[in-house]
Amino acid sequence: MAVATEDVRIPAAAIPLAGAPVDLRKRRRPGEIIIQGFLLACGTLSILTTLGIVYVLLMETLRFFGRGGFNPLDFVTKTTWQPAIGEFGIWPLVTATFVTSLVAMTVAVPLGLSVAIYLSEYASTRARSTLKPILEVLVGIPTVVYGFFALTFVTPGLRSLLGRDTVEIYNMAAAGLVMGIMILPTISSISEDALSAVPNALREGAYALGATKLETAVKVVVPAALSGIIAAFILGMSRAIGETMIVAIAAGSGPSFTVNPLHAAETMTGHIVRLSGGDLSYDSIEYSALFAIALMLFLITLVLNLLGRQIIKRFRESYE
Amino acid sequence: MSTDPNLAPMPETTPAPDRQEFAGNLSRRHRAAKIWRVVFQASTVVGIVVLLTLLYNIVTESFGLVAVQNEVEPAALAIGGVPMEDLSKEQLVEILKGKVSAGIMRRLERDEPFAQRSREGVLTLVKERVVNPEIVKSWPLTESLLKRGAIEEEVRQNHPKARLEFKSWLNWNFLVSPQSSEALLTGVRAAFLGSLWMIAITMLIAFPVGVGAAIYLEEYYSDNWLTRLIQTNINNLAGVPSIIYGMLGLAIFVRALEILTSGALFGLTDATTANGRTILSASLTMALLVLPVIIINAQEAIRAVPGSLRQASYGLGATQWQTIWHHVLPNALPGILTGTILAMSRAIGETAPLVVVGASTYVAFDPSGPFSKFTALPIQIYQWTSRPQEEFRNIAAAAMIVLLIMLLALNAAAVLLRNRYARRW
Repeated sequence: MAVATEDVRIPAAAIPLAGAPVDLRKRRRPGEIIIQGFLLACGTLSILTTLGIVYVLLMETLRFFGRGGFNPLDFVTKTTWQPAIGEFGIWPLVTATFVTSLVAMTVAVPLGLSVAIYLSEYASTRARSTLKPILEVLVGIPTVVYGFFALTFVTPGLRSLLGRDTVEIYNMAAAGLVMGIMILPTISSISEDALSAVPNALREGAYALGATKLETAVKVVVPAALSGIIAAFILGMSRAIGETMIVAIAAGSGPSFTVNPLHAAETMTGHIVRLSGGDLSYDSIEYSALFAIALMLFLITLVLNLLGRQIIKRFRESYE
Repeated sequence: MSTDPNLAPMPETTPAPDRQEFAGNLSRRHRAAKIWRVVFQASTVVGIVVLLTLLYNIVTESFGLVAVQNEVEPAALAIGGVPMEDLSKEQLVEILKGKVSAGIMRRLERDEPFAQRSREGVLTLVKERVVNPEIVKSWPLTESLLKRGAIEEEVRQNHPKARLEFKSWLNWNFLVSPQSSEALLTGVRAAFLGSLWMIAITMLIAFPVGVGAAIYLEEYYSDNWLTRLIQTNINNLAGVPSIIYGMLGLAIFVRALEILTSGALFGLTDATTANGRTILSASLTMALLVLPVIIINAQEAIRAVPGSLRQASYGLGATQWQTIWHHVLPNALPGILTGTILAMSRAIGETAPLVVVGASTYVAFDPSGPFSKFTALPIQIYQWTSRPQEEFRNIAAAAMIVLLIMLLALNAAAVLLRNRYARRW
C-alpha cells in the first residue's frame, strides 16, 4: 500500500481548538450496525435450519403416533413395515440400513486404513500429491453414478461369481460394496490427518529401538493416532447410513426383514425416496410415517457425528 | 537402521541369544515389513482401479452396437422419389393420417393443432409414430469391438429384419432433444436446463448468506454462547444426510410455503405447479444443503487473511466494515469462490433431496423460470436406471457422461482459480 508521506497535513478542522473538548467516544455508525445485524442473521439461519429440521420431523412424527390405528409400541417391536395394511414395525428398514452400512464398512475400514498408512508413512511427497487428488475424485462422483455402477457392474459380477440363485437381482451386498468405495476417501483422509499429526519424535524413537517401518507404523503410529482413526470410522459409518441413491437403485425396493446381504431389502433412506417419489397425500399415514423414519435416521447420524467430532477434537488437542 | 547383528551391543547380564535365531527373526521381520508395504500400496491401487472401472463401465454402456428394427422403412414413405426427410409438412401430415389411427390423430390435434406445428415437429412425429424404430438389442462397447462377428451372426439369426449399427448414445440429438418415452428419441435438454436453473437460484441464495455467515463468525467473533452455538451447529449440519434436507424442503417449502413457491403469491396460476413442487422449492432446499459447505470453506479463506492486513487498515482509520469490504474480502475471494464451486458441484450431483421435494419424472418442455416444474440431470439418470429395459441403461450412462463433464468443468475451474490466485502469506 502506497502512502503519500511527503504531504501529510493534518486538516485544520481536526486540530482541537483550545477550550473545546473533543468527543472521543466511539461514533455511532448505523450503517455498520445494520450490516452486522444482517451478517448475524445469516449466521442464525443455520440455527433456524436445524430448528426447522427438528420441528418438522418431530411434529409429523407426533402426528404419526397420535393418529391411532396401530399400537405405537409396534414401531420398535414389530418386524414388518407395510404401511398399506397398517403394519409399522421399523426393524426391517433398520436392519437393511445396518447390513448395507456394515458391508460398506468391511470394505472401507481395511482399505481406508491401509491407504491412510501408505500415504502418511510410506509414500513420497510426490506420490502422495498425485495419488491423493485421484482418490478424492471418488468424493465428487454423484451417488446416482455409484448406484448405476452397483446395479450394472457389481451385481452382475456377484451373480456370476456366487450363482444366480443365491444372489438376487437387487441385493444389499452390491449396494454395500459400492458404498464402501464411496466412503473410502472420507475414512482415508481423516485417518491420514490423524496419522500425520503424530509427532516424528515417536517414529524416530521406534526406529532407534530397531523397529522396522511396518512395526513403527502399526505398533507406534497407529496406536498413537487411534482416536482419530476411530473418529474416521464413525464419520464414515454415519455417511453410509445416510446414503440414499446407491441403496435406492441397487438394494431393492420393498422392506424385508433379513440380514442376508445377498437378498433384497429396503433401507430407511431407500424407503423414504421411493415413497416420496410417488404422489403422497399430506394427510395419509404413509406421509407422516416417512417423517418418523427420517427422525430416526437424523438421530442416529447426529449421535454418530457428534461422537466422531468430539473424538477428533480430543486427539487434535493432545498433540498441539 | 543397522541390519548387522554384530553392531548391536549386548548387555553383559543377559545371555547372548543364539545368533542364528536372531538372524532368522530379523529376516522374518523384514519380510513381513516388505509384504505389508505391498499390501498398503495395493489398497491405494485398488481405490484407483475401482474409480477407473466405474468410468469404464459408463463409457462402455454409452457406446456400442445396436440392432434397430423399423416398423415401416423410411424408404417406403418416399413420395415420388423424394425421401421422407425432404417432404413438405402437408405431405408428412398425409402420411401420418394414413398410418396412425384416428383416435391418436385427434389427440395429437388436441395437444397442438397441426396447423401450428412446424415441419420439423411433424417430421419427428412421423419418425416416432410411423417409422417407429425400436432397439431389439444393444451391446456394450467392449463386446461390440471384441465379438463383432458373433453379434452379427446373432442378429442374422434372431432378428432378420433388424439392422446392426454402431451407435453413440451420447450424441447431439440426445443433448438437444426434450424428453420422450422412446429411448431412441429422448434427450437431456429439459433436465440439463432444469439443473442450470436450480443451480443458479441456489447459488443466488446460498452465496451471499453463506459468505455473510462466515464473515460474522470470523470477523465479528466474540467468544459468546451464540457464536459457539452457530459454529457447532454448522459443523453438525454438514453431516446431516441430504435426504433429511429433502424432508425439510417438502414440509416447509413445498407444503407450508406453497403459496410462495407455486408462484400464487405473484398471481401465477398454473395448475401443474400449484402444488409447490417447483424449481424454487428445489433451489431453496438445495441452498440450505450447501450452506454449511460454503460457510466452512469461506471461513477458512477468511481466516487465512493475515491479521496484519486488518490492523494496517484499522490503523489508517477504517471502520470494521470498511476493513472487511476493502481488504479482507478481496484477499479471501479466491478461496471463497473455490469453496463455492465445490458446493455447486455437490448441488449438481445431489439426487435424493430433489426426489423428495418432488422433481417431476416427465417434463417435455423447457423450464421457463423459478415457478415451473422441473427435472434435473441426476433425477433423469435415476429414472432411466430404474427402468428394466436395456436401452435405458445406455441412455442413463450417456446422461452420466454429461453430468460428469459438467462436474469436471466446475472442478477444473476451482483448481485453476486456486492455482492462479491463491496467495501464501
